[in-house]
Amino acid sequence: MKFTWFHLMPYRFLPEDFKDKYRSVWVDIPRNLYDPKVGHRLYNDYLDQLEYADSMGFDGLGVNEHHQNAYGLMPSPNIMAAAMTRRTRNANLVVLGNSIALYNPPIRVAEEFAMLDVLSGGRLVAGFPVGTSMDTNFCYGEVPALLRQKYYEAHDLIVKAWTEQDAFAFNGKFTQLRYVNLWPKPIQQPRPPIWIPGGGSVETWDFCADHDYQYSFLSYFGYLQGKKVADGYWDVMSKKGKELNPYSMGFAQVVSVAETDEQAEKDYTPHMDYFYNRCLHVYNGFADAPGYRTVKTIKAGILGQVGERAAAMRQDLKWKDFVEQGYVIAGSPKTVRERLREAMKHLHCGHLMILQQIGSMPPELVRKNTQLFATEVMPYMRDLWSEYEDRWSPKRMPQQNIAVPAPVHFDSTRTNGASRTAAASSQSEARSAK
Amino acid sequence: MITTQKILDGKFELEMHTYGSGGEPLLFLHGAGGSLPSEPFLEELGHDFKIFAPHFPGYGESTGTEHIDDIEDAALFVHQVMDELKIPSANILGHSMGGMLAAEVAALDVHRAKKLILAAPAGFWLDAHPIPDFFAAQLDEIAGLLFHDPNSPAAKMMTAIPEDFKALEVMYVERVKRLATASKFLWPIPDRGLRKRAYRIQSPTLILWGESDRLIPPVYANEFTKLIKGSKLETIKQAGHMLMYEQQGAFVKAVRDFLKR
Repeated sequence: MKFTWFHLMPYRFLPEDFKDKYRSVWVDIPRNLYDPKVGHRLYNDYLDQLEYADSMGFDGLGVNEHHQNAYGLMPSPNIMAAAMTRRTRNANLVVLGNSIALYNPPIRVAEEFAMLDVLSGGRLVAGFPVGTSMDTNFCYGEVPALLRQKYYEAHDLIVKAWTEQDAFAFNGKFTQLRYVNLWPKPIQQPRPPIWIPGGGSVETWDFCADHDYQYSFLSYFGYLQGKKVADGYWDVMSKKGKELNPYSMGFAQVVSVAETDEQAEKDYTPHMDYFYNRCLHVYNGFADAPGYRTVKTIKAGILGQVGERAAAMRQDLKWKDFVEQGYVIAGSPKTVRERLREAMKHLHCGHLMILQQIGSMPPELVRKNTQLFATEVMPYMRDLWSEYEDRWSPKRMPQQNIAVPAPVHFDSTRTNGASRTAAASSQSEARSAK
Repeated sequence: MITTQKILDGKFELEMHTYGSGGEPLLFLHGAGGSLPSEPFLEELGHDFKIFAPHFPGYGESTGTEHIDDIEDAALFVHQVMDELKIPSANILGHSMGGMLAAEVAALDVHRAKKLILAAPAGFWLDAHPIPDFFAAQLDEIAGLLFHDPNSPAAKMMTAIPEDFKALEVMYVERVKRLATASKFLWPIPDRGLRKRAYRIQSPTLILWGESDRLIPPVYANEFTKLIKGSKLETIKQAGHMLMYEQQGAFVKAVRDFLKR
């Protein structure tokens, strides 16, 4: 079993009456609710948390892309991944991912992911989500009916840019390039592993199966509801005669650990409430633009993650219901060990994307949650799926070859930028004089 | 009468509605919401004209939406339909998105539209007068956007929300199919450069607008009259965006008078 510590980076300070006063946390949320000075603190707290997770032995650190919202403050997850390359040593950087249809041209993604792979010593997992309807259609203006075509074309271009040795021309419908010649190229050859995050579109199952990509299912209904989608995926894999390897599937799950079950309820209830009622408060009209999901997916009866019907399902749920229905796996380490093992077996899932900071959770609680999980739960789950080979994790450089940032020396009594530069240049002069 | 019209040897199959038997041909292009199984205003116009009202690919039973990506594809497709119907040049009436398409059809080939009637057409964007986001509108908001009187029988009939869950689901899937096609021409802003091409429209042109259109406000009518040389505007009172249903008499009279002139 592998564990990726996933951060959504929410805005933690939406007002109490947010849900009543505003129609959506996404797309047209008022800008005056964001305070960039608070944002400074949040970004740095969140990076601290990810780095802490690295030190606690998680296999991966996860970040993702969203736009114009307070649910997740990473329009560019690549910036966060870049920041993490310098202070983390061990964990893989799971960028889940870049909504590739939004980049013009999409080789921008091939380039940035190659940079991240090189910077991190081959620790990158490249995620290619289609992106939510809010992000792609409403915020970035993509025509819903053409989004998937554009996505597939971008995928073909990026993979070819990584794997082709010589410059080539690309004559696509959405992108035309006379010269594609990627510099730098990734450390991982022929390319970094590709994970496809999905919310339940049936086409994504075929796409993953056909390309041998990992399917990462992101659901906020928890693992019991997630079963339907997981079964759909395994059905497709089985029909296509693929190995039913649990590591070819990831699942995102909110996990909240405390000393006891009672303490968990006390600690986490307000933050669950914040997450479901503020972070996921999306106006129904933005949830699913016509054409974003195919008629095939709609007819398959898979519920969207946000919007009226999703909200109706979650309405009036209390802590007990959230726990019982599997929206959250929470409680004492013992409870969490049992439920989580059951959940992962139930879904036949080898990569857990664990959400330990959600909604308004403050740093101290995140640290406790993470620490308890890492020491009291994770070690007891490592044996699960040990009979399978994980072919979807990065093939990185040997640990001893990964560069360590050099110590920074400067006169700490003089902290302005000019003196820093002066100190740095005098040092480098001293070095070259030797 | 409803028939299936194969276009390009079956690459497209159109659900073709025809009204009337005699008179000059009139091609009707429907709006983003689609067309009713039977259109009362076309029945009435059928007394004087032979009307062809195809459901656009992606609407009703019509197929081939995957071969159309943008407004140019759509306009050239209409040229092809006209050729195969043996009405290479005809009077054209378009409503809303269909009005935008009719204008493109006329601009891309000046011989196509004998006379052109644009009823509350889409196609332009004015920053000072943003058009409400029809795609994000909820079912219960639609009547208010489309009708002068959202409580009129016509409005209630056309925007009824089925109580039965199964019926609601069918309606939802149909709506998704229609608007997914429409998004190729209207998303995220219903402007695909008609402004550049409108000068090519040479046909005598009538612009019809509902006085209380809350979807595409009447101020847009001025843009059309300004950019299409010699065009004439007629505003219909007590009518919103769905003017031909709300004021059928006035609408039919305006069309008939213009075409008979």
